[in-house]
Amino acid sequence: MENYSRRGFIGKAVGAVAAVGAIASLTAMKKTWDPLASTKAAGFTTLDMSIYKEGEMAVEKWRGKPIFVLKQTSEMLKTLTAKQKERIVMVGDEGFLINIGICTHLGCIPAYRSQSEDFLCPCHGGMYDHSGDVIKDPPPRGFDIPPFKIDGKKLVLGEEGPEYRKMKNNGITL
Amino acid sequence: MTHSTKEISQDDGLNQATIETNEDNESNHNSTEHAHSPVLTLDYWFSSKFNFIRATGMVLAVTMVLLLISGVFLLMYYQPNINTAFDSVNYTIMTEVEFGWLWRHIHSVAGSVGFMILYIHMFVTIYEGHYKKGGRETLWMSGTFLLIAYSLESFSGYMLPWGQMSYWAGSVITNLFAGGSLHLDGLVQWVRGDYVMAQAYLNRFFMLHVVVVPGVIIGLLVWHFPPKYTSVKKGGSKLSAFAKNFYSKDIMLISMYLVFFFYLVFFNYGFSMETTNFEIVDGLKTPAHIYPEWYFLWSYELLRPFPIDLGLIVFGISQIIFFFVPALDRSPNAVDASRRGLFKYWFWLLLIDMIVLTFLGKLPPTGMYQVTGLIASLVFCALWMALPVITKFEKKV
Repeated sequence: MENYSRRGFIGKAVGAVAAVGAIASLTAMKKTWDPLASTKAAGFTTLDMSIYKEGEMAVEKWRGKPIFVLKQTSEMLKTLTAKQKERIVMVGDEGFLINIGICTHLGCIPAYRSQSEDFLCPCHGGMYDHSGDVIKDPPPRGFDIPPFKIDGKKLVLGEEGPEYRKMKNNGITL
Repeated sequence: MTHSTKEISQDDGLNQATIETNEDNESNHNSTEHAHSPVLTLDYWFSSKFNFIRATGMVLAVTMVLLLISGVFLLMYYQPNINTAFDSVNYTIMTEVEFGWLWRHIHSVAGSVGFMILYIHMFVTIYEGHYKKGGRETLWMSGTFLLIAYSLESFSGYMLPWGQMSYWAGSVITNLFAGGSLHLDGLVQWVRGDYVMAQAYLNRFFMLHVVVVPGVIIGLLVWHFPPKYTSVKKGGSKLSAFAKNFYSKDIMLISMYLVFFFYLVFFNYGFSMETTNFEIVDGLKTPAHIYPEWYFLWSYELLRPFPIDLGLIVFGISQIIFFFVPALDRSPNAVDASRRGLFKYWFWLLLIDMIVLTFLGKLPPTGMYQVTGLIASLVFCALWMALPVITKFEKKV
């Protein structure tokens, strides 16, 4: 009997060490799969908001995604409803559309039509107005707004500022 | 007991141990009568003197698994490009990837230690005469193929960090394909895929290292996995007894090996990585000291004392000579070398000679070292020529 309890103990000891080793290995494996620190550090894009012209669409890139930047003209701002205005990012007294330029329906990139001042998605005909809100189905909601932080005349994409958090809390963006 | 006598005749090398096992099992059986059936214990025929030397096969299998797992994670970040390979290893994997250093250390330590275990595994087999009788010749041959495949795997992997040692070792080895005074420069270019070793070369060795050679090794391992493990069942025994007696010892020895292995990985990995290989490739400057990793030193030393053509012939033969051991050994005895007359001295002489060659391979080939190198190389050739002769006149045990 003594022999067997000893064998049992050794077996359990081996099992316990192996379990610790397995958990440690899995942790290392998981961490190896994580995005690199340099990749994460590259996840911030700073835009100089003073260079954009009113009513002209510009496409920037943030984390590999297109970012639509459209500085609103005063006429554009006047046509917006109060709810649509909440989508506009105010840098000083200038209003910008700053949206992730990906259709919320199935991920295509809509084109801006400057004459009608709206966006048309080539894939399924979804349409957005110049505040990025959806005006024609099938998209379920307006363009998503990337996390941003206003820093004087500059805008840092990837960082959450109070203006962005307010939009998120109000359900303007996901 | 009758059954175990039959096993003795199948495996002379183990007979001493088999009898002891049976004695052990009988006493074991008496004290634990109710614990398990006597059949299971009686038919168990593994040596009770099972020790590290007999566990090398499973230890190698574990090492291969470690190489495979660590290799998969290295593959996630390694870039087979002559401009980025060096940094992807030495910067990205070693500093940026979390636990990247762990995979690299496991990979290089396992590669190096694996060779040590493989050599022990091979020499024990030669000592015990386990390469003949009962269809074991094919087992031996698959083993020597594994040695060659493992060497190729090791060499191709050595190219990948694209450091100075990778480049110049690769240069020397690929130049061997010129065949000395045959001047087969076209063949060398074909192997390299370029006039110099460049992108095409790195890419094809990367391909060999991660696809073709591992595939060949896995195939050979399936062939090589000893029928020993299944022949226990043939004797009427069941796996439970086998598991308690054999596996428990096997697992213990593997655990001890792993403790040693991970000690090396965490605290003493330096031996498996050459300092010169932490310099980025410079195709116009050969480092002052060029030598292979320790496991290739003996065959590398065989190249040095002879004129180029003779050296190449000796080197070429040395790479495949172990394959022919079952054919060169003309004696019918498949027992320990200690019971085999002259073969005993042959075995120890070969082992010592190869160790001497290994040490000389790292020393500069000048003065005394040159002379000793020549003698050791000649002894190596003479031993292999003598093998059929001394075994032919061996008395049957």
